[in-house]
Amino acid sequence: MLYRLRRKISGTTVFMWIIGLGILAMVVVGSAQTLASGRYPSDQWLVLTIYGVAQGSVYALIALGYTMVYGILRMINFAHSEVFMSGPFIGYYVATALDEAGFLDRQPVIGLGIVLLAAMATSTTIAVLLERIAYRPLRRAPRLVPLITAIGASFFLQYTFRGLFGSGVKGYPEIDQLKGYWLIPGTQFGVLKTQGVVIVAAVIMLVGLYLFVQRTKTGKSLQAVSEDKDIAALMGIDVDRAIVITFIIGGALAGAAGVLYALLFRQVNFFMGFFPGIKAFTAAVLGGIGNVVGAMLGGLFLGIAESLFPNLVLDGLGIPAPYQLKDALAFILLVVVLIFRPTGILGERLAAKKA
Amino acid sequence: MALLEVNTIHTYYGAIHALKGISIQVEQGEIVTLIGANGAGKSTTLNTICGILHPHQGSILLDGEPIHGLRPHEIVARGVAQAPEGRRVFGRLNVIENLEMGAFARKDKAGIRRDMERVFTLFPRLKERAKQVAGTLSGGEQQMLAIGRALMASPRLLLLDEPSMGLAPILVEAIFDTIREINAQGTTILLVEQNALMALSVANRGYVLETGNIVLHDSASALQKNEMVRKAYLGEE
Repeated sequence: MLYRLRRKISGTTVFMWIIGLGILAMVVVGSAQTLASGRYPSDQWLVLTIYGVAQGSVYALIALGYTMVYGILRMINFAHSEVFMSGPFIGYYVATALDEAGFLDRQPVIGLGIVLLAAMATSTTIAVLLERIAYRPLRRAPRLVPLITAIGASFFLQYTFRGLFGSGVKGYPEIDQLKGYWLIPGTQFGVLKTQGVVIVAAVIMLVGLYLFVQRTKTGKSLQAVSEDKDIAALMGIDVDRAIVITFIIGGALAGAAGVLYALLFRQVNFFMGFFPGIKAFTAAVLGGIGNVVGAMLGGLFLGIAESLFPNLVLDGLGIPAPYQLKDALAFILLVVVLIFRPTGILGERLAAKKA
Repeated sequence: MALLEVNTIHTYYGAIHALKGISIQVEQGEIVTLIGANGAGKSTTLNTICGILHPHQGSILLDGEPIHGLRPHEIVARGVAQAPEGRRVFGRLNVIENLEMGAFARKDKAGIRRDMERVFTLFPRLKERAKQVAGTLSGGEQQMLAIGRALMASPRLLLLDEPSMGLAPILVEAIFDTIREINAQGTTILLVEQNALMALSVANRGYVLETGNIVLHDSASALQKNEMVRKAYLGEE
């Protein structure tokens, strides 16, 4: 018994656990000190949490593209961050044109809808072209090959957009109706209108996608293809079509996420996909890559953690300018989760499944 | 005209010349079995018929029309379904969803419902487990589900790959009874088996495969009496 235990737990495992526990201890100590100091009123935590949910729901939408493509092709589509970037980038031109015509202020809902559709169409087109041109010819190649192609495609798209539209930051027009706060009735507390819109729109899309995957015949066929491509084909499922559908869904969600991102931060540039992309990828791994619900939860968790932890944890530890470390935090979280649960929050044991 | 006509096909598995000119005929309403040792090319033959593999030479005709250039989902739509070796049910989907996937290419809702009832009549066990995730079923139940799933395509020709593999003897009996019943209901069956004794007991005719070649072809009763078959596959000295 003890011998078996000792064989299972190697020196490396123990070392990793110590790192993990150390980080956890820092989180606990930091939070305790911050809360004890009472530096921030409870309102402030609520504001941060809502901001985190808004940010996290954008991550979740992007993460779905990573996780679904992984589920079906066992490949990380590193160009997905550029699929995300392309949508709001083209959306910017549509939004500016609508704004100059005064349409965006007169009909904000329809106007935003048009921008959203333009962005989703752009991202979807790019995602489908990527699949057709860059990935499909390599489907039988060793797994490293499409991975490198994806990184190449990512650079190609970034610098194509830079070449076509310049490297400057472009400011999204502001919609008058989305300025300010909605007061929650009976309290002094307000939610930024942009954040409210982002959360509502994202939740609608997440729920919609969940229902699509779980309830519709096409959605179930995507699950079947992701489990076993050959057998899915024997069922009469057109595997190529299922893969294209996956890229369409991933692209459309990424485009929509891009517009929501632009609502939150009101700017776009050719490099904007990098950080949200890599964080959404982190979120997908956190949730268990290949798992749709996991990607949603991972995204929300990461968004909330990112917005709360700098003040909550780092401030308490006496680290100056904690907000600067926000981006590093995502990856610290990733390390901790992977130490304790290598398959992610909802992931299955891949090794066990293959046996 | 035969329902299925396989004419001297050569199939490669990577660099391996797996099928070296195999010809098989299956008539409407028959049970035909392919027997042979492990690695003889039995599964390769089925996978070539299904379109997962493509023959380098030769032709495969279904009702006289060539199907060897088609992709798997197109071949299913023409009425050929397979219950694959090792069952390979969709572990994360439940029993009903697995059966729905079997009927993926079909549009006739009433027919699909009728076939679902038919599968549940053939395998009452599956009805009890209708909402259970397939990954948690027992081996025998998964085999029933794999056969049921193939039947959901309402095939004219059903390909069964090693349906007895890994099952307890009593379950093997039950599965072969069901195979007879499915055939009696009008479905033509091409059966691949290592358990030659069971396979020949249900089949009308049989082909014996050895390293990618057909070495023997006769009625099932004649094969059961054949000296070589008895020695090699029925375990007699």
